[in-house]
Amino acid sequence: MSSVVLRSLGDVLPTLGVIVLVVVALELLLYLVLKRMLNYKYSLAYMLVMPAALGLLVLVVYPIVYNIVIAFSDTNLFAGRFPTRPGSVSYGVGEFIDNIKLVFTAPVLKQEYFFPVFGRTMLWTFLQVAVHVTLGMMVAMLLNRPMKLRGFYRTVILFPWAVPQVIAVLAWRGEFNFDYGYFNVILTQMGFDKIPWMSDPFWNYLAVNMTNWWLGVPFMSVVLLGGLQSIDPSYYEAAEIDGGGKWVQFKEITLPLMRPVLTPAVVLGVIWTFNQFNVPFFINQQELETSDILVTALYRAAFEYNRYGFASAFAIIIFLILMAFTLIYMRLSNFQVDVGQSKKRLAQAKTVGE
Amino acid sequence: MSNMNQQVSIHLPTRMDLIKKHGFFRWYFHTARGDSPFKRTLVHIALIVLSFIAAYPVMRILTVSIRPGDRLLSTSLALIPADATWDSYYKVLFERDFFIWLWNSLLITASTSFLGVFIASTAAYSFSRWNFPGRTSGLIFLLATQMIPATMLMVPIYIISSMLGILNTWKGLVVAYSVTSVPFSIWILKGYYDTIPVELEQSAMVDGATRMQAFFRIILPLSAPALAIAFLFNFTQAWNDYLLARIMLQKPELYTWPLGLQSMQRQFQTQWGEFSAGALMVSVPVMILFLVSSKWLISGLTLGSVKG
Repeated sequence: MSSVVLRSLGDVLPTLGVIVLVVVALELLLYLVLKRMLNYKYSLAYMLVMPAALGLLVLVVYPIVYNIVIAFSDTNLFAGRFPTRPGSVSYGVGEFIDNIKLVFTAPVLKQEYFFPVFGRTMLWTFLQVAVHVTLGMMVAMLLNRPMKLRGFYRTVILFPWAVPQVIAVLAWRGEFNFDYGYFNVILTQMGFDKIPWMSDPFWNYLAVNMTNWWLGVPFMSVVLLGGLQSIDPSYYEAAEIDGGGKWVQFKEITLPLMRPVLTPAVVLGVIWTFNQFNVPFFINQQELETSDILVTALYRAAFEYNRYGFASAFAIIIFLILMAFTLIYMRLSNFQVDVGQSKKRLAQAKTVGE
Repeated sequence: MSNMNQQVSIHLPTRMDLIKKHGFFRWYFHTARGDSPFKRTLVHIALIVLSFIAAYPVMRILTVSIRPGDRLLSTSLALIPADATWDSYYKVLFERDFFIWLWNSLLITASTSFLGVFIASTAAYSFSRWNFPGRTSGLIFLLATQMIPATMLMVPIYIISSMLGILNTWKGLVVAYSVTSVPFSIWILKGYYDTIPVELEQSAMVDGATRMQAFFRIILPLSAPALAIAFLFNFTQAWNDYLLARIMLQKPELYTWPLGLQSMQRQFQTQWGEFSAGALMVSVPVMILFLVSSKWLISGLTLGSVKG
């Protein structure tokens, strides 16, 4: 046991030490160049941002650039082409075109082609986000009423969000077991046939969806509940005096005032759902290709079929799709990174002796 | 003087007083919004059903974990099985590498979350207080990192790690976990710093403090709630990560707990009882932490994006 402790410390602590040393060295360099030599007015700002920028460079920018490099290669394990074996991988535009062509013309894994998987991913994202938002809104409105036991309900309904995702998903996978899962147990007790959750394409896709609904609705409803609680009740009172019914109140007051909460929730919801890995990967125990969405297909193309070059090209295409969607949505919903208020504050901060 | 400190005590009727006065049913069906008792009951029924749907699968983990070994596979739906036993807990604790998995996870997660929050806190301060060239594009970049599928980074990270020879060590995980939550933490912290008036630092600097002293002595302590959110987020991201650990670690003795628990389910015969016992022991502390802090967590989640 103590050897385990020592070995792990011997691995983690030196790594942390190296990280700290690199950061300190770079800070010193920045200090000497920006502050001492140039006396630049933003030197401190850059010194503060540097560690984060360096980290993201190492973990995000470099891998993405390298991903593009791999997409221009024929890296795959079966033919023994791997970058650690010198000279065995060939790079070039031809390889890139081949990879991109393969994404659209050949099965992504063994049977399924790109477009069915893409369509299924879109359907998955739509089904998930639509249900998360509508059901989440309904739950939030139920929880927003003044009543007894509200705190209790809120805590219990939030439960699924608090359970670590891997555990929740693995537990659900057990419940889809043909003989012992509770769905089939309930069905047999009611006198129906058992459902082949794991082996039938349709039922497996439904199982994946059910699990993610269970995981996603609580979170969305609590986010929306926060938004609902910030709405001044006097709006509703005024509407009631004017004779507006519940539906009119919802359409004219609740929805417009919820926009600042709904917009980021929907954007993040779409991105998270589109990229959801754990649920489609684990619930799909028998690796049905018909339950794969883009990111799980990508994982399997890379790590089960070891087609790294192909997977990198595939990843670029997935990223472009997501990017396009987000940009369009942000444009449509007027989502802004920086608002006027923060500009005013920055002008104020300027006076604090830069 | 003593008059000013004297407090007027008002006796507010407690719930029990009201129940005694009106009787339970009239108290229960008395409503502020004037809904009919029927409607109120409907709302409660809906919420009870929802609570049941939310809690039942989690309760099932408990059920399976206390089943006796010969009846692990059972078609009973009872929440507390007949002759419940702690056998599975004993087995997973003492006959499995459970402690090793926990220790591995805890060591990596704890050290990287401190590092991650520190990096994010200074960067967020910079984004909040200076309008340096590259600020806006930096903020957009932070947002854009959220769109990158984790699986997209996996191929390059795997190949780079293999070239560096750090597969089957924790080196890659330490670097990765320190950085994973940084964009998100920066958003939360920047949003929070934005609400702290600049005058606070101004007055400290008039008193002779340097900019950095003002940050560490005034801004950081004031943003304790936001730092706690960022820390919790960092911690859970690293603590619950499956994907990256799966790719980096092949040897069972290096496993973090998600890999360990999953390996129990992956074997030919799933160890249901032990899996459930382990799952519960791992998630109960996290669940408590989450439920206690959920209020701040949610406001923190929306803070960065809504207030810009």
